[in-house]
Amino acid sequence: MRVALFLTCVNDTLYPDTGRAVVKLLTRLGVEVDFPMAQTCCGQAHYNTGYRREAEPLARHFSDVFGEYEAIVTPSGSCGAMVRELYPRMGARARAEGRGSTLATALAAVVPKTYELTEFLVDVLGVTDVGAYYPHRVTYHPTCHGLRGLGLGDRPRRLLEAVKGLELVELPGADECCGFGGTFALKNSDVSAAMGADKVRNAESTGAEVLCAADNSCLMHIGGTMTRLRTGMRPVHIAEILASTEEEPAL
Amino acid sequence: MSGTFVGMPAFPAAAHEAVRNPTLRGNLRHATHTIRAKREKAVAEVSDWAQLREAGRRIKDHTLRHLDRYLVQLEESVTAAGGTVHWAVDADEANRIVADLVKATGESEVVKVKSMATQEIGLNEALEAEGIRAYETDLAELIVQLCEDRPSHILVPAIHRNRGEIRDIFVREMGEWGRPAPEGLTDTPAELAEAARLHLREKFLRAKVGISGANFMVAETGTLVVVESEGNGRMCLTLPETLISVVGIEKIVPAWRDLEVFLQTLPRSSTAERMNPYTSMWTGTADEDGPQNFHLVLIDNGRTDTLADEVGRQALRCIRCSACLNVCPVYERAGGHAYGSVYPGPIGAILSPQLRGTASEIDASLPYASSLCGACYEVCPVAIDIPEVLVHLRERVVAGGQVTRNGNKVLLKPAKGHAAERAAMRAARWAFAHPGALRGGQRLASRTRRFHPRTLPGPGRAWSGSRDLPPVPSEPFRDWWQRTHGGKDGAK
Repeated sequence: MRVALFLTCVNDTLYPDTGRAVVKLLTRLGVEVDFPMAQTCCGQAHYNTGYRREAEPLARHFSDVFGEYEAIVTPSGSCGAMVRELYPRMGARARAEGRGSTLATALAAVVPKTYELTEFLVDVLGVTDVGAYYPHRVTYHPTCHGLRGLGLGDRPRRLLEAVKGLELVELPGADECCGFGGTFALKNSDVSAAMGADKVRNAESTGAEVLCAADNSCLMHIGGTMTRLRTGMRPVHIAEILASTEEEPAL
Repeated sequence: MSGTFVGMPAFPAAAHEAVRNPTLRGNLRHATHTIRAKREKAVAEVSDWAQLREAGRRIKDHTLRHLDRYLVQLEESVTAAGGTVHWAVDADEANRIVADLVKATGESEVVKVKSMATQEIGLNEALEAEGIRAYETDLAELIVQLCEDRPSHILVPAIHRNRGEIRDIFVREMGEWGRPAPEGLTDTPAELAEAARLHLREKFLRAKVGISGANFMVAETGTLVVVESEGNGRMCLTLPETLISVVGIEKIVPAWRDLEVFLQTLPRSSTAERMNPYTSMWTGTADEDGPQNFHLVLIDNGRTDTLADEVGRQALRCIRCSACLNVCPVYERAGGHAYGSVYPGPIGAILSPQLRGTASEIDASLPYASSLCGACYEVCPVAIDIPEVLVHLRERVVAGGQVTRNGNKVLLKPAKGHAAERAAMRAARWAFAHPGALRGGQRLASRTRRFHPRTLPGPGRAWSGSRDLPPVPSEPFRDWWQRTHGGKDGAK
């Protein structure tokens, strides 16, 4: 199977390790991975801040770049939700505003083919044991757009439970937002920081070494709060855990 | 990034204070978490919750679509049952109607059932200006009124107060308003409730005029419904000679049978009860029983304009259960006052900017008072997609667009203070439309990474004031890919 990796602009720029982990993991599972170099951003930051019309060219660009692929895999619940939930809405609005169906048609082509990583592993490849080894105490934070937007359910948890050596511990208040929220973190930084601090304290109370999530944007906020609060905990993307093996363990 | 990212006015400024008040945060956290857990249990008990939620959504949407017809039907039913219907286009008109009705009775005091509609229009203050004193009789509303505070929650207006604070308020203020608090009052819930009961009973037995809102109005029968927990509402609805009900026009349900859905979903969503302790229903007047004069004041106050907005109109489905407040992580930290409206929390963040417009600083800031986590949508018993409306209203704030104001279509200009942000968004869009430019930026960031500050100056402080920045990697992913995979699309 040949899939396109939609890495997201945040991962590409700030978290290349996550991308390398996805490539390693999928290749190990027999999937041929492409990284279309023309990809940029899904437009979520624009859309969610109120710049819907500014987001449209980015969505169209996304469909141009990824349209030809059989499947598009992204290690980000929130960018995945942008494509799956909000692209149809963008297309419908353009049509309702009398601007024709071309945007809607272009976006509709990529929507059903776009999968968040854990969804792709469990639903498309049908695996929960990916042969990973990660001897650490880990707590899992289900990010809002993965949890409520895409409905990832227990897929990430099942994947983590099958990892050799990994001890999964329950995160109190797991379903609560970490407070990132894109531009919310800047526009309402006080509330955002208070939410982040509570999330980190909850994570600390588990005694876990690692807080894991399927979205680097949330991990950027949580991780930045962790180091500021000097917790000694580390934020790690789930892809890096799943890619880790006994032969090549992740740090 | 631009100055406006942090230069946001009202909500962030108000939340800034709340976040730093440990008592307030403790009170809010305790109350919202308790009710959140209870609600989850109460909802899980119902096997057809998803269907009830969908039915509620449909009934409300149907009613809103045919609101003109149902309003006329309601007026006919109420009139036939011996009541009088008054129409108020805005808060001023509604207040004037109510004040005139009270004055016509010759009375100078009224007892009130807790009502969001009368708070929305500022009725108590308007009556005060006419020499009429309105006594709130809901326990939490009484607490708020006694200390001249403002409600902080739709259902639990005094949620931000703890027992100790309430005891002090009773001891200090009750005497000023009527029967004083008993000697040696402690902060046990039973004693506090008894003190309120004694204080209020005096008013119930004396008052000749009662003022209420309504949770529902049944178009086919002209029946109004109040759902409450304490029984104080029922006292107000049955003892006075004159009853004046002030209700928003969206509160209609077409038929009696529709109540079946909401009388299940409302209590479970709001107080986590299977059924609320008191459901009072009244239809016009009845000889020798209950109020002999009944007036229904129907208020628009921005609702028809809201109805004209295809995305935003779903806010009018709201049955004021406040489940969205109790799950909202932003409400939990910021408290109700930060929303600058009688409708706080997620529903307030979409209702207020629609009812009042987005011209003021606070109203323009409300659509941003959310991290779009979606918990509010998940718990809403009438399935209002609050995140969708928030983003829709953000677009209205930054890009303007066509809205309906006082029945006329007007073209809104973008709100002030977003010019720099807009420029940043456009620049980002340009870079993202040109992968080469994006790549250049990434490389520049990587090459200069040793010189990146740990904390950011200026507007960037909004991030780095409380969080560290992630280190920029030595090589962005796309460079690694090109180095190791040849960088040709499709080629491995």
